[in-house]
Amino acid sequence: MYRLLMRLYPASFRNEYGGEMRRVFERRRRDGSGPVAIIALWIALILDTIANAARVHADILRQDLRHTRRSLLRSRGFALAAIVVTALGVGATTAVFSIADHVLIRPLPFADPSRIVKIWESTPEYARMDVSPANYRDWMNAAASFTSMGAYTEGQTANLVGSGDPARLNGSDVTAELLGVLGVRPARGRTFGADDDRAGAPGTVLISDALWRLRFGRDPAIVGRHITLNNESCTIIGVMPATFQFPSRTTDFWKPIRFEADAFEERTNLYLRVLARLKPGVTHDQARAELTMIAAQLERQYPKDNAKVGATLIDLRDEVGRLSRIALYTLVAAAASVLLIACTNLASLLVARASARERELAVRTALGAGRERLVRQLMTESLAIALLGGILGTVLAIIITPLIVTLVPTALPIAEQPGIDLRMMLTALGVTVATGLGFGVLPAMRAARQSASLRDGARAGVSARTERVRGVLVIAQVAVSVVLLVSAGLLIRALWTVQQVDPGFRTAGVLTMRTSLPMPKYAPQAARVAFYRRVLDEVRALPGVVGAAYTTGVPISMRGGIWPAFLPGKSREPADAPTVSVRYVTSDLFSVLGVPVSVGRAFNESDSLNAQKVVVVSESFVKAHWPGQDPRGKQFFVALFDRTVVGVVGDVRVRGLERESEPQVYLPYQQQLDNMMTFYTPKDLVIRMSDDRQASALTSAVRAVIANADPELPIADVRPLATVVETDLASRSAQVRVLAAFAGVACLLAAVGLHGLLGSPRAHGRSVCASPSAPRRGRCCGW
Amino acid sequence: MLLPLPPAVFHILMAVADDDRHGYAIIQDVAERTDGAVKLSAGTLYRSIQRMLEDGLLAEVDERPDPEEDDERRRYYRITPFGRAVARAEAQRLTNLIKLARLSGFAPKRA
Repeated sequence: MYRLLMRLYPASFRNEYGGEMRRVFERRRRDGSGPVAIIALWIALILDTIANAARVHADILRQDLRHTRRSLLRSRGFALAAIVVTALGVGATTAVFSIADHVLIRPLPFADPSRIVKIWESTPEYARMDVSPANYRDWMNAAASFTSMGAYTEGQTANLVGSGDPARLNGSDVTAELLGVLGVRPARGRTFGADDDRAGAPGTVLISDALWRLRFGRDPAIVGRHITLNNESCTIIGVMPATFQFPSRTTDFWKPIRFEADAFEERTNLYLRVLARLKPGVTHDQARAELTMIAAQLERQYPKDNAKVGATLIDLRDEVGRLSRIALYTLVAAAASVLLIACTNLASLLVARASARERELAVRTALGAGRERLVRQLMTESLAIALLGGILGTVLAIIITPLIVTLVPTALPIAEQPGIDLRMMLTALGVTVATGLGFGVLPAMRAARQSASLRDGARAGVSARTERVRGVLVIAQVAVSVVLLVSAGLLIRALWTVQQVDPGFRTAGVLTMRTSLPMPKYAPQAARVAFYRRVLDEVRALPGVVGAAYTTGVPISMRGGIWPAFLPGKSREPADAPTVSVRYVTSDLFSVLGVPVSVGRAFNESDSLNAQKVVVVSESFVKAHWPGQDPRGKQFFVALFDRTVVGVVGDVRVRGLERESEPQVYLPYQQQLDNMMTFYTPKDLVIRMSDDRQASALTSAVRAVIANADPELPIADVRPLATVVETDLASRSAQVRVLAAFAGVACLLAAVGLHGLLGSPRAHGRSVCASPSAPRRGRCCGW
Repeated sequence: MLLPLPPAVFHILMAVADDDRHGYAIIQDVAERTDGAVKLSAGTLYRSIQRMLEDGLLAEVDERPDPEEDDERRRYYRITPFGRAVARAEAQRLTNLIKLARLSGFAPKRA
């Protein structure tokens, strides 16, 4: 019992005073009479031991810290290198793992997210296509694998007027079931009910937390307030929680989908996204099999519309594209390599230091310092280095993380910026601490064991072994950093190749902005044409403007918008028809974007509603369907009409520099019918300037022009065309930057290690007794 | 840095002021001087002794048996000149403090 209590004291103290203390205790026991006195003596002893042992430990810690400070200050180079190495390892790993965990691992912010699946229509060419309302309804009614199924649309926009400046909001139309599928309830107010879905019901809307904060100043009486969205009065029925960022981070509002009666008649109008919640116990494969069966049934039932239409079912998290996934895994591997290098480097530094201090340690052992005291002091030193490095590393992670958030894909309904992940930081710090302890303390134990060798002077064997260990560590570092360098080089080359890709248009001097025309105000063709003409005429008259045009969507900024094209003499089945990218444009678009007209003509004002329906196609369309022929005067059916080709223009990378795009088909803006293909109504204004520097001055002038034409129209997404292209490459270039930085750090670390190995003085036996810093008895570390 | 001294340290210094003493003798001496009011525990004693040795207030003289006790060998501690100086400084500090306390009426005036 007594001996057990004594173990609470540090061994050095126990060895020194244990015997004396025992004698005091024995005396007291002898002096005490009766069992009560003995019990009191024991209680006093226990309390005394606990209190004093803690103080003795604290005394030693204070001493060790003092000694650590002195010893690190004495070898500043080593201290700085060790701390920086640890910081780099911890910082890089924490930042990258935080993002990877955020994107790839952490559950989505919905109830039981692993059971939520996304369902697409599929054809042999396209695995993921939007869903038609009719197919959605039939899937929902027939499938037994799901507890619920809901649909929504993406990319809805609405102009909010009446409270402050007009603003363009992003929103999503959802079915009443959708929020139930996600398992999310509004933070205040109510969710949609079946009544909200009914055609003709009064307008209702749910708004995002951000909109509530920024636009309505956290109005506590927001529920029940009326707002005007696209000229329709809506009642705000609730505010969603801040974590609800669905389908994207920029979504401001959710409105009920109101299917018109004829929405279910046609199955080729694809615009719904479908989510479903799996029943408990149903696997993805079972649900997939059932959907495939249902799709086959529908294909038999509607052989024309549903020809070759199947269904694709994926886990909602798998929305993260394959490329983003690979990019993240690459970075995780790189970060792990940096941590590995940092640890080997730290190990190598500590081994070098230990071998340099071998004699000092041996002398102190010989003078009577217990092994436990030496080990403990070195442990304090290693821990101090690890903690200082950890703190610096955390600061580093906080700085790095915002720089690489472009790696978080926009396709996921999660916050853009992850918090610094505490678990990751602790893990990285743990690995470094373990390295520090392992490589800092083992040499001390060995040195302590070998105090005898000091007398013999037989130390050659130890040094050789130390050198070997360091050699292996440095080889590992060099190997890993070379791998990192090569990977970074490959990625830089890939980025360079992509940057060399010709987008098909000239970006310099082009400014773009978005003004969505609200329906039904602009439903009549005459109203739209008048608006475009007025705005374009006034913008062209502004100083510094070379040309201006409206288009359905700026390339890369708008990637979709495809439509089947039916060529004469070919199948009339939608499933067999080639798809083309369709844009309504005003006459100047090609000259403003710098897209060359190679054959025939561009549009002009005479291509009016009642004139011949005309079309301009891209070169790849001609190559695919009329190779070697002059396409002028040829006809094909696209976007509701038979149209005659009047010109051919160069191809444009509509889907971005890294993806193949469908051939492009351009239609004159005047030939868009009322209430038809309203999704394609031109909304992007592109302006070619004589000088890039005029952009900001020009923006306010253009705002004034648009405000004059329609004071209720908001302007959004004002940015140079060059920025649109750069944004497309942002995540790739961020990846390259990060990996290159990692490779650089790795090289630097490996170089430090190599330098340390080659330049390490063989004469690590500098005598401490002769040095001015030789410890004075009783001062050094309390032996 | 050393002042004010912890009470245990000051008591130990007073106990070894005239004679070298071993640990148990210090405990006994302190108890006698204070009429049993201060009873140092073994833990407090040796923890204080360790620090006092480090700070140079005490020195270990030798190991020898206590003539009044059994013939087990004991470590004896002796006050160093530095220890004496520190004890004096502490006594001076306390005296000054008492003077101030008298002026404020907290302590009885000297008769």
